[in-house]
Amino acid sequence: MKNVLTVAANTFREAVRDRVLYNLVFFALLMMAAAILVGQISIGIEKSVIISLGLTAISVIGLFIAVFIGVGLVSKEMDKRTLYALLAKPLERWEFLLGKYFGLLMTLTVNTAAMALGLYAALLTVAQPLEKADGYVLVAVYLILLKLALIVALALLFSCFTTPFLAILFTAGIYVAGVFAGDLRVVKSVAMDAATMDSGTLKLLRVISYVLPNFENFNVMGAVAHGRSVPASLVGSSTLYAAVYGATVLILAAMVFSKRNLK
Amino acid sequence: MEHWGVVCVDAGGRVLKNRGMAKPAIEIENLTKEYPYGFLNLKKRLSLEGLTLQVETGEVFGFLGPNGAGKSTTIKCLMRLIFPTKGTARILGRSIDDVGMHREIGYLPEQPYFYDYLTAAEVLDYFARFHGLTANDRRERVQKMLKKVGLESAKKIQLRKYSKGMLQRVGLAQAILHEPKVVVLDEPMSGLDPLGRREVRDIILELKRDGRTVLFSMHILPDAEMLCDRVGVIVGGKLRGVGAPEELVGIQAQGMEILFELGADEKKPTLLARATRTGERYRVQLKEEELYAAIEELKQAGARILSVTQIKATLEEFFMGLVEADRAQAAAVEVNGK
Repeated sequence: MKNVLTVAANTFREAVRDRVLYNLVFFALLMMAAAILVGQISIGIEKSVIISLGLTAISVIGLFIAVFIGVGLVSKEMDKRTLYALLAKPLERWEFLLGKYFGLLMTLTVNTAAMALGLYAALLTVAQPLEKADGYVLVAVYLILLKLALIVALALLFSCFTTPFLAILFTAGIYVAGVFAGDLRVVKSVAMDAATMDSGTLKLLRVISYVLPNFENFNVMGAVAHGRSVPASLVGSSTLYAAVYGATVLILAAMVFSKRNLK
Repeated sequence: MEHWGVVCVDAGGRVLKNRGMAKPAIEIENLTKEYPYGFLNLKKRLSLEGLTLQVETGEVFGFLGPNGAGKSTTIKCLMRLIFPTKGTARILGRSIDDVGMHREIGYLPEQPYFYDYLTAAEVLDYFARFHGLTANDRRERVQKMLKKVGLESAKKIQLRKYSKGMLQRVGLAQAILHEPKVVVLDEPMSGLDPLGRREVRDIILELKRDGRTVLFSMHILPDAEMLCDRVGVIVGGKLRGVGAPEELVGIQAQGMEILFELGADEKKPTLLARATRTGERYRVQLKEEELYAAIEELKQAGARILSVTQIKATLEEFFMGLVEADRAQAAAVEVNGK
C-alpha cells in the first residue's frame, strides 16, 4: 500500500505542477459572472439557476479532467518512457496503476471541493443566509465525484491497451452510452417500435444496459436545484455501485497492464 | 558496504576464471523474443533468438552489438519491461518475475527520461521511496548521489531544463542510489561528453571495486575493452561470442611496429621504403621475426628508435568482423530467397 501512496502522491504533485488546478480560475470567473447576471435576469429562482449552473460546471470540468488526464496517466508514462526506471523498482504493475488512479482521484477531489466552495460563495451572494436544503448540494457534488471516479477507471482501462486517441473516444463513448443506460432497461415500454423488436434484441439491450455503467445513478442535480432532498438509500446504493463497478474495471485494467509489453 | 557471495579477484581486481564458489549473478537461458507485426499482428519478427548467458558475481560484463541486435531487448526482458516469448532468466538466483528481487538491482534505461516537473533531488527521493529507505537515509543518499554524478549545483532545477547528458547522470544516480548488488546499464555513455564518459567509467570501476556485478550494453568499444572482465557480442538477435576481450580478439600479436627518427645526414636504411613518414618520424610495420634484423639495421643507420609496439587486433575489429559476416549471411539468404 505504501508504494500505491507514493505513486499517488507523485501523480497529485504532477497535476498541481502541470497547472491542472488552474481550471478553478475559470470556474471562479463563471460563478462570479453567474451570480451577477442571475440576480438581474431571474426573479425568485436565482438559487436554482446558480445551483444548476454550478453543478453542471463541476460535472463538465471534472469530466474533461477525468477523461483527458485519466487517459494520459499510463500512456504518457509509456510514451515518454518515464515508466522504465520506475517499473524496474520493487513495484508491482498493479501498484503503479492503482497509485496513478488514486493520484488523479485526489486531484479531482481537491478540484471538486474547491469548486463546491465557489458554488457556495456564489449562492451566498444571491441568497443569505443559507438554508438546510442548500446542504443537498454537497450530496450532489459527492455523487459527481463518484461518477468521475468511475470515468477515471474506464479511461485507465482503455489507455492500457489502445492509443490515447482511441482511449479518449472509447471513454467518451461509454460515458454517453452510460448516461442512457437506464433508458435501455425500459426500452420495451417506451420505444415506439419496441413491439416489432424480437425478444433476442430486447434481451441483448437489457444485458448491455447492465454491463454499461449507469451514470444516471449519480445525477441528482435536478432535485437538488429545486431544494429536494436526496434519499440516503440512493446515496448508499450509488456508492456501492461505484465501488463495485470501479473495482471491477480497475482489476481488468491491472490484468491487461500486467501483460503489456512496453515499447 | 554489504558484500554477498564470494568473489575471487586477482591483484588487479579482475574476476578469476575459477569462479566456482560464487553463484552467477545473472543467468539467462534460451531467452527468445518475438514481436508481432503486420495486419492483425499475424507476422512475427524475431528480435532475440535462444540467448543463453551467465554473468558472474562481481564481474563487469559488456553487452556489445550494433543497433537492433537485441541488447536492449535482453535488458528489458531482465527488467520485466517486456516479456520473453520463450526462455527464463534469474538474477541473484531469483526469477525475474519476483518483484522483491528488484530491491537488489539498479537499472539505467537507454536514453532515460524522467518526470520533467520534478527536480533531480525530488526524482531521486521519489525512486528511493520504493526501496523502503527512511527519510534521513533518503536525504543523505540523494545528496551523495548528486555529488557523485556532478549535479549538486543543478539539484533544484526542474528536469525539463536538463540537457540529455544531465538526464543520463540522473539516470545513473537513480540506478545506484540504493546500493544494488547488480547494476544493469543500457548505453550508459549515450549523450555524454568526454568528461561525462570518464566519470561514468570511474563509477563503473568503483562499483566493481565494491564487489557489485555490472552488466551494460555499449557501442563505444574501446571503453568496453577497458572496463569489462568479459564481453558478449550479440548480432542479429544471436549471441556470437562471449569471453574476456583479449580472449575474443586473440592474444597473439599480429605484427610489430617501430617508430623512429632519422636525421637528414644519416644513411638511408632499406626499411625506409616500407615506412610512412610524419614530419621527422617514420613508422614501419613488420613481422615479429623481422624485428631484430630491422632494429640492427636502424642502429647501423644511426636512427633513433622511439618505440617498438606489438600490433594486436582490437575488440572493434573483432566486432566489425562479426557484424560484416552477419550482413553477408543475411544478404546471401535474401539472394537465395529463403
